[in-house]
Amino acid sequence: MNNDLPRWATAFVMPMLNLLSALLVAALVIYMLGEDPAESLSILVHSAILNPEGLSYTLFYASTFIFTGLSVSVAMQAGLFNIGSEGQMYIGGLGITCAMLAFDQSLSAWALIPVAMISAAVFGALWGFLPGYLQAKRGSHIVVTTIMFNFIAASLMNFVIVKYLIPPGEQNTASRVFAESGEMPRLSTWFPSLGDTPLNISFILAIAALVIYGVMVWRSSWGFKLRATGLNKHAAHYAGVSISKMIIIVMLISGALAGLGAVNSIMGSTHYLSLNFVGGAGFIGIAIALMGRQHPVGIFLSAVLFGALIQGGFDLSLEKPNIPTETFIFIQGLIILFCGAMENFYAPAISALLKRTKG
Amino acid sequence: MKANADVSFSIAKGSIHGLVGENGAGKSTLMSILYGYYRADGGEILLDGKVQPIRNSQEAINLGIGMVHQHFMLVENFTVLDNIMLGTEGGFRLASHRTEAEAKLREICARYRLDVDPLAKIEDLSVGAQQRVEILKQIYRSANILILDEPTAVLTAQETASLFEILRLFKEQGKTIILITHKLQEILEITDNVTVMRGGTVVGAVATAGTSKEELANMMVGRPIQSHLPRGPYNPGATVLEVDGLQLADEQQVKLLADIGFNLRAGEIVAIAGVSGNGQSELLEILSGMRLPTSGKLRFLDKDLPFAKRHDADGLPLAFRELGIAHIPEDRLRDGVVKNFSVMQNTILGYQDRLKNRWGLFNFKAIGARCAELLKTFDVRPANPDLRIGLLSGGNQQKVVIAREVLAKPKLMLVGQPTRGVDIGTIESIHTQLLALRDAGVAILLVSVELEEVRALADRILVMCGGRITGELKIEEFDTTRIGLLMGGMHKS
Repeated sequence: MNNDLPRWATAFVMPMLNLLSALLVAALVIYMLGEDPAESLSILVHSAILNPEGLSYTLFYASTFIFTGLSVSVAMQAGLFNIGSEGQMYIGGLGITCAMLAFDQSLSAWALIPVAMISAAVFGALWGFLPGYLQAKRGSHIVVTTIMFNFIAASLMNFVIVKYLIPPGEQNTASRVFAESGEMPRLSTWFPSLGDTPLNISFILAIAALVIYGVMVWRSSWGFKLRATGLNKHAAHYAGVSISKMIIIVMLISGALAGLGAVNSIMGSTHYLSLNFVGGAGFIGIAIALMGRQHPVGIFLSAVLFGALIQGGFDLSLEKPNIPTETFIFIQGLIILFCGAMENFYAPAISALLKRTKG
Repeated sequence: MKANADVSFSIAKGSIHGLVGENGAGKSTLMSILYGYYRADGGEILLDGKVQPIRNSQEAINLGIGMVHQHFMLVENFTVLDNIMLGTEGGFRLASHRTEAEAKLREICARYRLDVDPLAKIEDLSVGAQQRVEILKQIYRSANILILDEPTAVLTAQETASLFEILRLFKEQGKTIILITHKLQEILEITDNVTVMRGGTVVGAVATAGTSKEELANMMVGRPIQSHLPRGPYNPGATVLEVDGLQLADEQQVKLLADIGFNLRAGEIVAIAGVSGNGQSELLEILSGMRLPTSGKLRFLDKDLPFAKRHDADGLPLAFRELGIAHIPEDRLRDGVVKNFSVMQNTILGYQDRLKNRWGLFNFKAIGARCAELLKTFDVRPANPDLRIGLLSGGNQQKVVIAREVLAKPKLMLVGQPTRGVDIGTIESIHTQLLALRDAGVAILLVSVELEEVRALADRILVMCGGRITGELKIEEFDTTRIGLLMGGMHKS
């Protein structure tokens, strides 16, 4: 059904309709809470997009989401539904912390930042490797194992932070603050108009990752094999792809990308590792991958949308006491419902409309 | 586009009516209209003299029209009885209805001499038996008009014969049968009247008794068909493939292949004949690197094939392809193409690493040009490289696969069922391609369940049964009866 529709319809019109539906339901709820939906929307748009400082926060949140969105997308290309980006990013944070605790007194910024980033990627990749290996060699379903690994990561981090990382005499469940040399350079250094916000070069790196992802998946021989594996395993085997190797490699990449998502959160903003710092960014990555249809531009736009919702939703709850902060989670749920679960909801209608206009 | 234009024909009650035409001639569209899947833009359907607007398949069923699809619509892990009851469960209390249904089913089986156990699971049944279940389902729903879409495409000769017996019995009982096929032999054997379609219109309607295979073929294709394709003299060169003592057992230690041994030389076509499921598929899979043998010696161009030191066949087909072994797989949609890839992407499947630059990237301009030329040379229609291959007809998909493998200039070509589900015009062009390849000195191993095809292509014939080679014949010794006996494992020569 979906395949009969032209590209512009599936790539643009349908996601837009889905998004509008989600917002419409959200508007209805806001109305029922006793607030004016139009005014609320204008506050949201103003604080998340139009105000330079707000936009800067939006892009800061989006940077993390691009990495987790890519993490889920690349696995999806191989037909693997990696639910585990949340845990992989969490463990990536441990990677940063290990690098920082070891080197932040001895290395200068230009060496420390790459080392910490590599460490984040390696830790994330290892957390992706285990489910990948189990899927490739033992046939354990990736969805089940990655969900389990999220729980294992949460418990493990709980243990590590409480047992080893809390500095003596502190109560806060977080590591010590890392040295200033481990902070990602902020974009406001070069663009002062962005205001004093945590938006940092992670955003540039995220864009670079999107470009590399696009080129690798659609223009390279490796990406061809990757997509063949995702679409038809038998044909991929016939074409000489080593399926088990492909699954393991793609889970390493997926885990590494999720791990890199921690760089923005920790090295760009808090500068220490705290309990549950991921805060659902990995799960939002699933929504972004679905909504963005695993396409670089789609991932970017969805990541910005979710960033804007967090930023705008926060300001909205400040200005409108009737609207709680949880409204964001609610709208996010609606978007996932309409863009993920009901992705092709409008396809029959559009297809019928096209047929009628063509006669 | 019009899939059907001004189609008119009538079918007499209690007769077997053949409907023939090439793929894409509009047969299936026509039958889908009869069965209520599509609605005609104009025209009417008369049943017993009354105009019947068939709006959906439920109405068709109520009118006594039953359809047996080419691809079975059965729940694999349900029993025969459950499958037949599906959709007619008749209320909440399943058990009492089931007893009733079973009795009725056994009665139908007895009346039409359909040998099916109502309590057997579908997945345990042979393809022929599964088809009988589909037919049973229609009879159970009291169908009086039975439409069969390419019913023999998946059947062996014996199964086909028994199907035809059942159909004759139906006819005697006053049921009307519409048989859609492109096998002309079957049309001549069983039908009373034939309607020929081409390009969405009816180009001929004749009584079967007064026509011939040649006349029907010419009507279908719209031009004369050559019955004998030109081929060079049989002049085989050096030995390309040596197989000796090849064994294969599955995880349950069931022997799938036993003591397979043969040689294949450059410039000859060796055909493996046999009823499907007798080890031919496994043999092709091993030779193409898709599966590991249990034991045996396999030499290609005087070197051992690189099976050694492997635990699984993961990635092995690539190594075999690099050696010069090309493979046209039996199951095109499962192994041969990625349905959601474009035609262009499918023309590089398996050869993706030969076309990348040193950065591992593709030059799409070059690949596009290569593909466009390929589509032209092999007459793939439509010649649009960007179309999803799933939208092409089976014959054109197969042309893409063959084009891709021929272009690789292999030394050994493994060919599995090259013309399964492919129409006459395309069969001719595929056979011509394979013979040209043979004349160019390529060694070809052909697996086919169609004896006609074996006869048209082979220089030598090996017959397989139960995972063993039961006999070998030269093409001059071709004898249907003898091959039939060997296929049944009757005697070893």
